[in-house]
Amino acid sequence: MKHNITISCSKTNLTLIRDFVNATLSTYGINEIETHKLVLAVDEVCANLIIHANQCNTGQHLELGIDVAPGSQILFVIRDNGTVFDITKYNAPSLDEIVSSKRKGGLGLLLVKRIMDKIEFTTEKNHNICTLIKNL
Amino acid sequence: MVEITSNTENNIMEIVIKGEVDASSSIHLDNALESAFKASDKILVNLHKLDYISSAGLGVFIAHLQEMKEKGVKMALFGMTEKVRQVFAILGLEELLTITSTKEESLALINEA
Repeated sequence: MKHNITISCSKTNLTLIRDFVNATLSTYGINEIETHKLVLAVDEVCANLIIHANQCNTGQHLELGIDVAPGSQILFVIRDNGTVFDITKYNAPSLDEIVSSKRKGGLGLLLVKRIMDKIEFTTEKNHNICTLIKNL
Repeated sequence: MVEITSNTENNIMEIVIKGEVDASSSIHLDNALESAFKASDKILVNLHKLDYISSAGLGVFIAHLQEMKEKGVKMALFGMTEKVRQVFAILGLEELLTITSTKEESLALINEA
């Protein structure tokens, strides 16, 4: 991948992920509103992987790579070696369900699905690989 | 990092949220809203200085909706930047929450009988 960052699996490191996505996309002239949405979607996936696949274990690491094909698409690849957590198999609850159950989770994947054009999840050796594609 | 302050005037509590609310910091927003419901039944949430909110923060607002209804608490959010407003819009949260541009508009709505 052309742009890469590796963080340890702590929720406080999500800010490093956001700064990295912001800085990378700004060099390609992606507009601020669009960048903000993409930062959010990547943050949501990374937060899920840090919490659910790696149990916030700072001894574990997560790697994010970004490739931008100007005028075509942006590819985000997130790799970690935690337990398998296939976000594409997770059914996002409806807003009504979230309100009536007073639950605080479940919105993240809904956001990712609405922001990205394609979400894929694969497992390779001991790695989870989550690929997000945004068409430009 | 998020910084949350509040003050009460004429029985209306205003909560000011500054910075970023994410999976790491949403607990502070949760605690602030919990305290607010206990102290007042009219709450204004000032988001002028909110730079970022992820689902963890949005979930906090939604999770308290039912309880607010049951307790007759009125809450209105105002002053979102365009970037933040778009995030609420992606999920259609304008339908569930009271959101206005200005403090005056929010005040008028929570003061309605």
